[in-house]
Amino acid sequence: MPKRTDLSSILIIGSGPIVIGQACEFDYSGTQACRVLKEEGYRVILANSNPATIMTDPDFADRTYIEPLTWEVVARIIEREKPDAVLPTLGGQTGLNTAMALFERGLVGVPGTPELIGANAEAIATAEDRDKFKQAMLEIGLSVPPSGIAHSMDEAMKVIETIGLPAIIRPAYILGGRGTGIASTPEQFAVLAANGLAASPINEILIEKSIAGWKEYELEVMRDRADNCVIICSIENFDPMGVHTGDSITVAPAQTLSDVEYQRMRDAAFACIRRVGVETGGSNVQFAVNPLNGDQVVIEMNPRVSRSSALASKATGFPIAKIAAKLAVGYTLDEIPNDITRATPASFEPTIDYVVTKIPRWAFEKLPGTSGVLGTQMQSVGEVMSIGRTFPESLQKALRSLEQGRLGLGCDPAEGQLDSVSDEELLTLVGIPTPERIFQIGELLRRGVTIERIHDACRVDPWFLDQMSMIVEERAAVAGETPSSLSRASWRRVKRLGFSDAQLAHLWSVDEGVVRTAREAAGVIPTYKTVDTCSAEFAAETPYHYSTYEDENEVRPSDRQRVIILGSGPNRIGQGIEFDYCCVHASFALRDAGFETVMVNCNPETVSTDYDTSDRLYFEPLTKEDVLNVIAAETAAAGGRSPKVIVSLGGQTPLKLSGQIPVELIAGTSPSSIDLAEDREKWNALCESLNIPQPPGGTAVDLAQALDIVDRVGFPVLVRPSYVLGGRAMQIVHDREHLARAMAELSGFGSLGKEGGLSAERPVLVDRFLEDATEVDVDAIRDHTGEVIIGGVMEHVEEAGVHSGDSACAIPPQTLPSWVVEVIESYTAAIASALDVRGLINVQFAVAGTNVYVIEANPRASRTVPFVAKATGVPLAKVATRVMLGATLAELRAEGLLSRSVLLDSPSTVAVKEAVLPFSRFPEVDTALGPEMRSTGEVMGIDDSFGKAFYKAELAAGTVLPSQGTVFLSLADGDKPAGIVVAKRLRELGFGIVATPGTADYLGRFGHVVDAVVGKVSEGAQVTAVNLIASGDISFVINTPQGRGGRTDGEAIRKAANVHRVSSVTTVEAALAAVQGMAEQLHHPLDVRSLQEHHGR
Amino acid sequence: MTTKNGALREAALVLADGSVFEGEAIGADLAISSGEVVFNTVLSGYQEVLTDPSYAGQIVTFTYPHIGNYGTTALDDEGRRPHCRGVIVRDLARRHSNHRAEQGLDSMLRTAGVSGIAGIDTRRLTRLLRDTGAMPGAFGTASESDLLAAARAERGTDGVDLVAKVTTAEPYFFGSGPLKVVAYDFGIKTTILRCLSEIATVEVVPASTSAADVLSRSPHGVFLSNGPGDPQSVGYAVDAIRELLGEVPVFGICLGHQLLSRALGGSTYKLPFGHHGGNHPVRHEASGHVEITSQNHNFCVDAESLGGRVNVTHVNLNDGTNEGMVVRDAPAFSVQYHPEAGPGPHDSRYLFDQFANLMKNGSI
Repeated sequence: MPKRTDLSSILIIGSGPIVIGQACEFDYSGTQACRVLKEEGYRVILANSNPATIMTDPDFADRTYIEPLTWEVVARIIEREKPDAVLPTLGGQTGLNTAMALFERGLVGVPGTPELIGANAEAIATAEDRDKFKQAMLEIGLSVPPSGIAHSMDEAMKVIETIGLPAIIRPAYILGGRGTGIASTPEQFAVLAANGLAASPINEILIEKSIAGWKEYELEVMRDRADNCVIICSIENFDPMGVHTGDSITVAPAQTLSDVEYQRMRDAAFACIRRVGVETGGSNVQFAVNPLNGDQVVIEMNPRVSRSSALASKATGFPIAKIAAKLAVGYTLDEIPNDITRATPASFEPTIDYVVTKIPRWAFEKLPGTSGVLGTQMQSVGEVMSIGRTFPESLQKALRSLEQGRLGLGCDPAEGQLDSVSDEELLTLVGIPTPERIFQIGELLRRGVTIERIHDACRVDPWFLDQMSMIVEERAAVAGETPSSLSRASWRRVKRLGFSDAQLAHLWSVDEGVVRTAREAAGVIPTYKTVDTCSAEFAAETPYHYSTYEDENEVRPSDRQRVIILGSGPNRIGQGIEFDYCCVHASFALRDAGFETVMVNCNPETVSTDYDTSDRLYFEPLTKEDVLNVIAAETAAAGGRSPKVIVSLGGQTPLKLSGQIPVELIAGTSPSSIDLAEDREKWNALCESLNIPQPPGGTAVDLAQALDIVDRVGFPVLVRPSYVLGGRAMQIVHDREHLARAMAELSGFGSLGKEGGLSAERPVLVDRFLEDATEVDVDAIRDHTGEVIIGGVMEHVEEAGVHSGDSACAIPPQTLPSWVVEVIESYTAAIASALDVRGLINVQFAVAGTNVYVIEANPRASRTVPFVAKATGVPLAKVATRVMLGATLAELRAEGLLSRSVLLDSPSTVAVKEAVLPFSRFPEVDTALGPEMRSTGEVMGIDDSFGKAFYKAELAAGTVLPSQGTVFLSLADGDKPAGIVVAKRLRELGFGIVATPGTADYLGRFGHVVDAVVGKVSEGAQVTAVNLIASGDISFVINTPQGRGGRTDGEAIRKAANVHRVSSVTTVEAALAAVQGMAEQLHHPLDVRSLQEHHGR
Repeated sequence: MTTKNGALREAALVLADGSVFEGEAIGADLAISSGEVVFNTVLSGYQEVLTDPSYAGQIVTFTYPHIGNYGTTALDDEGRRPHCRGVIVRDLARRHSNHRAEQGLDSMLRTAGVSGIAGIDTRRLTRLLRDTGAMPGAFGTASESDLLAAARAERGTDGVDLVAKVTTAEPYFFGSGPLKVVAYDFGIKTTILRCLSEIATVEVVPASTSAADVLSRSPHGVFLSNGPGDPQSVGYAVDAIRELLGEVPVFGICLGHQLLSRALGGSTYKLPFGHHGGNHPVRHEASGHVEITSQNHNFCVDAESLGGRVNVTHVNLNDGTNEGMVVRDAPAFSVQYHPEAGPGPHDSRYLFDQFANLMKNGSI
């Protein structure tokens, strides 16, 4: 069946900000969909609030709306654009839920409104409504775990009586398992059931008999409108049932299923997608298998492209989202060619000749108070994937891809942490799923504990355990060797089991370089194989490679100038999609300019690891060894001509490698300039020579040095490690005791200690903290002629001290006098020149009054590059990349790539970026913002005034600014004067005000008498803010903390607001902005406008 | 393979073109095993492949690197014993894990006297075979020169009657379904027998059984099984089929499809490297529906050569080759692929119902 001609315009709903459970995999899928539908000639309209995505680049759709993804806003977009169809299955749970909300209001999917393509409302409801799904599965003869549905605690108690404990509680219509948990005791059950009911938007939970310990599988299914069904990939979880699949180590293809069992599962998956009624596109179906007798049950199905489909796409080379988009407009699988072979159709099942391992990455170190135990609710913030010919090779590559200081499965300095733990204790530990479990299992195997005992303790399949045992046995086998004594056969065997040179260097107590030299002398170098969807049965046209140690290398020679772009590795707090955006733009810009582009990355969620983003893709860990190997392979394939390497677009990950790469290969700003900006003393000297003021401070490797600095500059000070992104472990310190604690944490116990602690090369920076200063961020580009362009000057909403990644910011600046902005621009240009920057630079300033201090400069891409590009219409990352390869800004202007900022011609336009925080998943964490970054993603609001833009940004971030009700106010002393203004505005808008005694008393003195005063939680008062929030009497919370540490009332209030999903702000600046937003909302109804219109295209 | 006690037998694979692959011996302890080297792309189902009589005379390379993960069980045997000449893998599981398993693959191979080689860059081998076509080869612990000599001495499968080596010596019954089917055993797979037994009582007869002998058993239908090698070398079966056509409903699979074609006057030819896997898309021409199929054949039917005697019912979407037909003037149909699966997808099992319909109603 050919494509549908009765449709001409299609609205794609994106997934919004990066949050836990919904990351850049939906940028990958949405980008593919936009591209394909445009190629097919449809008019594509995109709605997504996330400016850091590739899909929201104005080139990818005809109309791009960076607007909040609420049904009301999307309805406005539909009203304006009148699309023929809405495609809701590529924007994650957000896309699906938004479409369902529109459907329920009769705005899509009913006659006279846009058609829902991909999955209709009935199919979505059948898959998403737990009870409907269960009934549907039973109807077609599939097994499901015994379960019942409850809408109240009474119903929940009745269900549990029939099912019995342990039971799993799953709220309906949620993503990433939020609110899900396993209860083993009646007490746990009561808590989890209540939380689950609260988490579900329809107050519904499924209570299911727990089958923790069973084996877990996933099948990725595609179906077309001729009812052809294929399986793209099977996935087996290393972690048995009980851990959310997003938090599990997973392996493709399935390893321990016989064909008889696999085919039964395949039949069940097809029956499932047909019964649910997903007409076209991709779905995933999860199964659990009883290892004792092979019983199979269906756990759930997602009627849409998912995180697993992104993984399956990268694991097989089959582009699920792209094909799903084509199927949605009417093509059948046999009409679509397989991109990789080009000779065969997409109506087949990929077969692979390697093993893929995915390992999640968590951020528990940034969320104090969390237990770090994995369960049925997803908590990871990113993931890595690796490809090897065997599971041991792939596992070790994945572990070193994580960039958490581990070199593989042990055989590294960090393994010493388990030395003091007894076998018995370790066996207990492996029964509890945590990020460390894989290493604990490795340690048990190393100690010779039997696979049977380990399996009994953790239920991980014995096949996996035996494969891991091969790794630790090999380590023992080569432990007595030296780099020069090892035979070629042994080198090959140890490398084939995935050992890194660094692991062997640790084992033999030699430098990694010695290992590499000896290995190469033995003639053991990696070969690169190709991911081709067909296990080499057909010739592959698409060069998508992974390294392994085999006979034959498949990298094809060519003589074009090659540029290697080093990606940013797994998403983590502080380094996420923004850097992938920059890497992808670099690749696009260089391809357009005639270079051959080569991407190296290990993050399966991203656009950068799409096989057609670059001319060649290496799915490899970003370590020194792996990157040098790619450089060597590329050099050999170019007949000895060296490639250029881009290290400054992927965040800290590639930047940390810059010192390991021959300096002449590095494109753009030289590593010595990067180092100049990072090296405290050299940086101080540079600022002094330029007469640019800095907050006083210094560097310290121990407490004594830190105290010396404080004696000189006074408290409070900002304490932070060097060479980290995202303000990891950054603290504002007010006294000596706290300073001692901070230094101890940094040197020994914290996550930095794990990476080798402090040294003269990695000191702690101690700077005077400027209270109440305004923070300003600048992104700029300088070329080799010395011309500098300012990409954007961003004024932060929250004061200095809140990490810039967690702070809202506005472009252009809203409160700074224009001459101060000009000073900032001049300082930026001077610093860029002094550092001899060739490409991007980000400079942070603190403005106290009219004094401008420079905080730091980073000659690399920053997190704000995509936001600035979307706000100004200038493709900063592309321009910078060309500049790095030698183009001048003047040339790029002439070429048309470098355009003029649209803000210059439309001075009233304001773009606001707001951070999105993961607190709703971590009720035990204080939501107060601080110098440690904790946001996972960002949204943008753009409109013709700050208030409107801020309101949109808040709405997009999930902070509902109410239009009526009662606001709770509790302010730190320093914030009270601003509180007068907040209270005054709230009264003008007709809000009620409840406050704590101190705040109420203060406001009263200025004529703003509050409606009620609440008592302190800690003093056992009857009426407290926590009660009022719980009972739904408060519509908005403004609570600014009195400084960090100690369990304060404020913390209890903020947590209550978080749990009961009452929007709150924790800084007075945000409160002022919020009341401004509330006012705008009352006076002007929210209006939508596409980016193309903002950019005047 | 690397074993816990460290016993490791170095071995090599040498192809007739002189290519050498280094590895380690697995399975039965033989100095030299030789045969035609082919590859199979299934991710699961190694036991079914190795015991499939159609692999007689061949050495099977698995493209998926981990083989043996879930062990073996007599339930999954497709023939009474492995008929292939050897097995080539990247990695043989040293420990298997599955509730169905009775023994490991290594142990099964030893018992059956089949040798194998592990540690091979099977992707390099597959790419080579893809470009040159299936090739004679030899592997084992013997010297490379002896292996090369053995590889060159191997005459391959063209024109060899491998069916005679795998067919049953005596007729036997299988199952107790309502109809009666006589099944020619050219190398019949157990899963086919299971599928047939759901519709009929099956009497399995040797490949050389005459048409008169078959008809004397008064079957409702005759089944032509899969089997190894070149259809041209099984002329006696072609003659028998020609006599059966029109007398009794006929259903053929794989070699059975090729023999039926030859009985209709068609010709067969050898594919470059054959179809061996579980993921081949086949279009059912009448409905346009795509079936993902299990395949195992080196020879193929030239549909053009059949003139107007058949309607082509199935086409391979990867290379356009013929995958199935219905005879116009006789109650007979056949497919090139394996609708029974074992291993492989169940998308095409409807063909057995079609056979039942043909026997019961005279039409499919």
